[in-house]
Amino acid sequence: MMVTTCSFGKFGLVKKILQVKIALFIPCYIDQFYPDVAKATYFLLKKLGLSVDVPSGQTCCGQPMANSGYNHLSASCNKHFTGIFQGYDFIVSPSASCVLHIREHLSSDNYPDQAESIRKQTFELTEFMTDILKVDQLNARFPHRVGIHQGCHGLRGLHLAGMSETMLPPFSKPEQLLHLVSGIEICYPERIDECCGFGGSFCVFEEAVSVSMGESRISEHEKNQVEFITSNDMSCLMHLEGILKRKKSPVRVKHIAEILNQE
Amino acid sequence: MNHAEKAERFIADKQRTAWHDETLWFIRSKRDTAAQKLPEWEQLRNWASDIKAHTLSRLDVYLEEFERNAIANGIIVHWAKDGEEHNQIIEKILKDNQCKRLVKSKSMLTEECHLNAHLKTVGIEVIDTDLGERIVQLRDEPPSHIVLPAIHLKKKDVSDVFTEKLGATPGNEDPEYLTRLARKSLREEFLQSEVAITGVNFAIAETGGIVICTNEGNADMGVNNARVHIACMGIEKLLPKKEHLGVFIRLLTRSATGQPITIYTSHYRKPKPGKEMHLVIVDNGRTRQLASDDFRSSLKCIRCAACFNTCPVYRRSGGHSYDAVVAGPIGSILSPNYDPKKHADLPFASTLCGSCSNVCPVKIDIHDQLWKWRQTLTQQGYTPASKTLMMRVMAFMLGHRGAYAIAGKIGRWTLRQFPQLIRNRWNPWYRQREMPDAPKESFQEWFKKHQKI
Repeated sequence: MMVTTCSFGKFGLVKKILQVKIALFIPCYIDQFYPDVAKATYFLLKKLGLSVDVPSGQTCCGQPMANSGYNHLSASCNKHFTGIFQGYDFIVSPSASCVLHIREHLSSDNYPDQAESIRKQTFELTEFMTDILKVDQLNARFPHRVGIHQGCHGLRGLHLAGMSETMLPPFSKPEQLLHLVSGIEICYPERIDECCGFGGSFCVFEEAVSVSMGESRISEHEKNQVEFITSNDMSCLMHLEGILKRKKSPVRVKHIAEILNQE
Repeated sequence: MNHAEKAERFIADKQRTAWHDETLWFIRSKRDTAAQKLPEWEQLRNWASDIKAHTLSRLDVYLEEFERNAIANGIIVHWAKDGEEHNQIIEKILKDNQCKRLVKSKSMLTEECHLNAHLKTVGIEVIDTDLGERIVQLRDEPPSHIVLPAIHLKKKDVSDVFTEKLGATPGNEDPEYLTRLARKSLREEFLQSEVAITGVNFAIAETGGIVICTNEGNADMGVNNARVHIACMGIEKLLPKKEHLGVFIRLLTRSATGQPITIYTSHYRKPKPGKEMHLVIVDNGRTRQLASDDFRSSLKCIRCAACFNTCPVYRRSGGHSYDAVVAGPIGSILSPNYDPKKHADLPFASTLCGSCSNVCPVKIDIHDQLWKWRQTLTQQGYTPASKTLMMRVMAFMLGHRGAYAIAGKIGRWTLRQFPQLIRNRWNPWYRQREMPDAPKESFQEWFKKHQKI
C-alpha cells in the first residue's frame, strides 16, 4: 500500500514518498484561464515534499460533454485522458467537480482496466492532503477575512465536508486545512452550502437563474464583510468572480490552493 | 417557451423572486430543525428507502394482496392503465350516481390525469377543497407546488381572486378574513356534495386500507359527508404492512413542512353502512418507469416536496416554469417518462447540486437520475441541433491535444485583442458577468518553459 511508504517529518510534512508516482491534473479551464491556480497547486505539493509529474498534453476530464447529456461524445476525450494518466499511483487535481466526474463516470473502451483504476486513484487536492498525506501543519500565512464557498460536487459528491441536509456529525476537510494557515479569519455564508448556480453549461443555458443564484451567494458573503471567497472549485469561483467584477465589488476570489500556498 | 425562458420571466420580478426563495427556504429550514430532533433520522431514511425498494421489487404480489383485502373489506376496486381510463371510470361512477358537482381533496394523480378538465367537458364540476388548490382553481391555473399549491401567490393575489369569485371586500388582505371566507364557501360545497374524491398517501397491502394525510381535514370533511367516496392512487403508493406506516408518517411531514405529523392522518378501510367506497388504481406510465433500472427508484417518491423547497433553481424559477404536473427536481425526473419531447428541458433545469437527493426521505438519487435523463433525452434526439454541433466541436477539441492547445491560444488571444467579439450581448455569460481575464500563457505553456523548478 502506497500510503504506508509515506514518512512524516517532525513538522508533520511529508519528507519523502518512496516509489510513488503522483500526477497533477490541471483541468482545461484552469490551464487556460487560471494558470496561477495551477502553479499554486504545483508549488504546494512541492512544498509538501512531493515530486509531482505534470503529464504533457493533458486536456479535459470529459465533464463538459457528459453533464450536458453528451457523455456518448466524450470517448476520444476519455481515451486521451486515460492514455495520459495511466500508470500513476495518485492523480491529484485542484477541482472537486472534475474529480467527481472522473470517479463516477470515466470509462474507456480502449483502456477499460486503466480507466477503472484511474477512477479510484484520482483525488481532489484537499482530500489528498487530509486523507492521504495527513497534513497537520503548514507553512502558510494569509491574514485576511475569507468566506468559504462549498462547491456542491466537492461537498455532496466527494463528501469533503458535512452537508446541511443530512443529520450526521459535522466535519470539513478544506476548513481543517485553512485552519493551518496563520492569520486567516474564516466565515461561512448564512446558507452554508447552497449552490452558486454555475452548474457547467447551466450557467449559459439557464443564465437568469444561474446569475440570480450567484448574486444570493455573493450578498451573503458581503454581509460577512469578507475580503475573499475561496473554494475547492475554480468553476464556481469563475462564475462568482464574473458577477463580482460586473458589480465592481471589492470582494475577490481565491482558490484554496492559492491560500494554502501563500507564505 | 422552455424552462429557462419561463424562469427568466419569473426572475424579472426580483422582489417576488426573493420572497418566493426566502419563503421556501424557511420551510427547508423548518424541515432541518424537525429532522435534527430525531437522532434516528438517517436510519429512518434508510428504512423508508429499503421498504419502498422491497415493495417495488414485488409490486405485482402486493397489488394483488391489496386488491383481495380491499374487496373483502367491501371496497369496489377499479384498475386504470392510463389517465384516460382513470377519468372514464370516475365519470361512470359519477353518472351512475347522478352527480353534477362534487368535492375533491388534494390528489396529484387526478392532476396528472387532468380529471377536472375532463369532467368539465361532460358537464360535471369539481370543487377542490384544499385551500391552496381552491385558490389556484379559482384563478384557473395549475398548482405550482405539490404540497403548497399557491405558494407563488401573495396575500394581495388571493384577495383579488376572492373579491372577483367569492365576493370578498375589495382590498381586504387580512389572511384570517380570507380564510374564513373560503371556509364558508367550502362548507356549503361539503354539505351538498354526494360524492367526494380523495387521493391516497399510503395503501396497505396487508389490510386493504388506505391512509390520507391532510392539514385541513378537507378530505375527511368530504368523505364523511358524501355517500360515495372515490379514492385515486398510483400503483406505487403501496406499503406491505401497517407496521411500515410509522416510518413514513414520521418522515412525510417533517420533510414536507417541518411538522412532526399532519394534523389529520386518516385511515379508511371500508365504506360506512349504506355508503360506497371506490378505489381507482392507476398505472399511467408507472410500469414503464418500474421496468427501467435507471429510473425505477423515482417510484419511491412519497410527494413530500422537500426536494422542491431545497432546490435553488425551483426557489428562483417558480413551479409554473416547469410546465409539468409535478415541478421541481422530482418532477424533472418523472415528467420525461410521460412526454419526453415536451419535458426534455426539465432534466437540464438543475445544476446537479445534489441537495434534492440529500433531503429526500426515501433516498431517491434524484440528481443522478437527472444526469441519466440528460443522456437518454440527448440520445433520443430531444436536444437542439445547435447544442449538439457545439458539443461535437468541443468533444473533438478536448479529445486532441494539438487542437486543444491551438484553440486555447486562439481563444485567449481573441479575448485580449478583440474583446468585443466575446464581450457582447449575444454571449449569455457576458450579459450579467464579466469574462475571466485571458492570460498570455496557459499553465502547460508555462510549465514547458519552467520544468526544472
